[in-house]
Amino acid sequence: MQVSKEELLHIAKLADLEINENEIENYLANLEDILNFANVVNNAPVEGLNITIGANEAKNVFRKDEVKVFKDNDSLLQNAPDESQHMFRIPKVIE
Amino acid sequence: MDITELTVHELQEKLKNKELTSYDITKAYVDRIEEKEKDVQAFVTTLTNEALEQAEKIDKAKEANELEGDFVGIPIGIKDNICTKGVKTTCSSKMLENFVSPYDATVVEKLDNEKMINLGKLNMDEFAMGGSTEYSYFKKTRNPWNLNKVPGGSSGGSAAAVASNMVPWALGSDTGGSIRQPASFCGVVGLKPTYGLVSRYGLVAFASSLDQIGPITKDVTDSAMLLNIIAGHDEKDTTSRKVEKKDYTKALKNDVKGIKIGVPKEFFGEGINEEVKEKLEEAIKVYKELGAEVEEFSLDIAKYSLATYYIIACAEASSNLGRFDGIRYGYRAKEFKDLKDLYRKSRSEGFGPEVKRRIILGTYVLSSGYYDAYYKKAQQVRTLVMNEFDKAFEKYDVILTPTSPTVAFDIGSKSNNPLEMYLADICTVSVNIAGLPGISIPCGIDKANMPIGMQLIGNKFQEETILNVAYTFEQKIKFRENYKPTFRKGEE
Repeated sequence: MQVSKEELLHIAKLADLEINENEIENYLANLEDILNFANVVNNAPVEGLNITIGANEAKNVFRKDEVKVFKDNDSLLQNAPDESQHMFRIPKVIE
Repeated sequence: MDITELTVHELQEKLKNKELTSYDITKAYVDRIEEKEKDVQAFVTTLTNEALEQAEKIDKAKEANELEGDFVGIPIGIKDNICTKGVKTTCSSKMLENFVSPYDATVVEKLDNEKMINLGKLNMDEFAMGGSTEYSYFKKTRNPWNLNKVPGGSSGGSAAAVASNMVPWALGSDTGGSIRQPASFCGVVGLKPTYGLVSRYGLVAFASSLDQIGPITKDVTDSAMLLNIIAGHDEKDTTSRKVEKKDYTKALKNDVKGIKIGVPKEFFGEGINEEVKEKLEEAIKVYKELGAEVEEFSLDIAKYSLATYYIIACAEASSNLGRFDGIRYGYRAKEFKDLKDLYRKSRSEGFGPEVKRRIILGTYVLSSGYYDAYYKKAQQVRTLVMNEFDKAFEKYDVILTPTSPTVAFDIGSKSNNPLEMYLADICTVSVNIAGLPGISIPCGIDKANMPIGMQLIGNKFQEETILNVAYTFEQKIKFRENYKPTFRKGEE
């Protein structure tokens, strides 16, 4: 499985990651290795089999839509990398 | 008497007949951490002072008859991807280096309800991605049996801490073998429960359809006891199941007569170390002598499982780790041009190389053009693996395999070759793919004095069966009485 540099950079962009010029070769080699290995799934006898999404049969687990108020705002904001007046501070979004 | 040598059920006895106080026990562990942590490096955060204060309070409350319970004042260690309110939960990542969870994981709440004492948070591969704990951002944990070897991973800190008697027991998490493989490498007992038996609420998500929290303990009885505490349905985890509450210790009958054990020959083939094979064959003989019916059979899913595992786990990880963007919590880059640049730089600087590798792989297999060839195929293979296990459990009560193809390897020997590291998970991943319970127990040591692990796999929610089969073997070979970690450095 050949992965091109452009493809790798495109995937990285989708994943919101930056890859340095000097890391590219390493990532390409690893990715090719792993994908070549992962290709064995294409030899598995799976014709006609359904897909499995989870490890158990639980689906559509509902609960009452009740509001529960989490009061300890301080404990949330203490993790904020940048905060101001009890709010998360982010760079300017609108030009 | 060395208090830290005792199992939890032995500690319970001594607490009950007032031979020991919670403070005695906690102090013994605190002293042990002081002595061994510099060599083993199992903790990301130690809570020794807090633990001693808590033990003192608990003893007073017990004295005044205000507290009672089987686990009151018993210490524990917790893997650092399980949220603990007011104490850092780092996932051994720069991304969460300063993260203090605003809430407790459900399993932690359960430990608190029992009034257990948290000795600290244990090291791991970053975001539980790895099999050696070398991918921790903070430190490399060492194997107590040989300090130049890895403890396994990703719950390497938990396994090493239990093996070196720095905690009496610990919680780990297992996505593809992360409880069982380090337990195997460190000569302790590791149980991955059935998917849905234990709440994942507050476990930092890696691959949500595979992750499960479980106990790492000195022996099988402790494993059953800790499972008693943590198992159960939780409204906050919609994948947790409503199953009847059981006392797993009652399953430990020290009797395997008539139990049908299947041995899949594909798990003993190429790539499995000869000494590992030998010990497993000895174990099979022991089971036969004990009256179990052992039969070889074919379960040709190992290599498909491994590929499927890496596709599914990385796909889910790429989605789960999308939440780390440097806004509400976690690492934020110092310099950035705009909001998009903030996301990208924070993620690129905050995640380590293995995490980035898996996010990229996961994004790749989910991207248009490759989705059908990889992700969809892997989901079909998942059905195949489940079907094959279903068929096997029509004939057998338990499936027996090695936990890992090898014993613990040298630190640094695989960390630059991700694929080689992945191949080491070949015996464990299929259990997660099918959502089954699996336990690893020590079954002997190799010539270099490194422990070898045996894996027993059960059908869904049949923890009682594998615990009993493990227990019966343990009572027979008495591994803990015969072998102990030596903390040696290198080959001697």
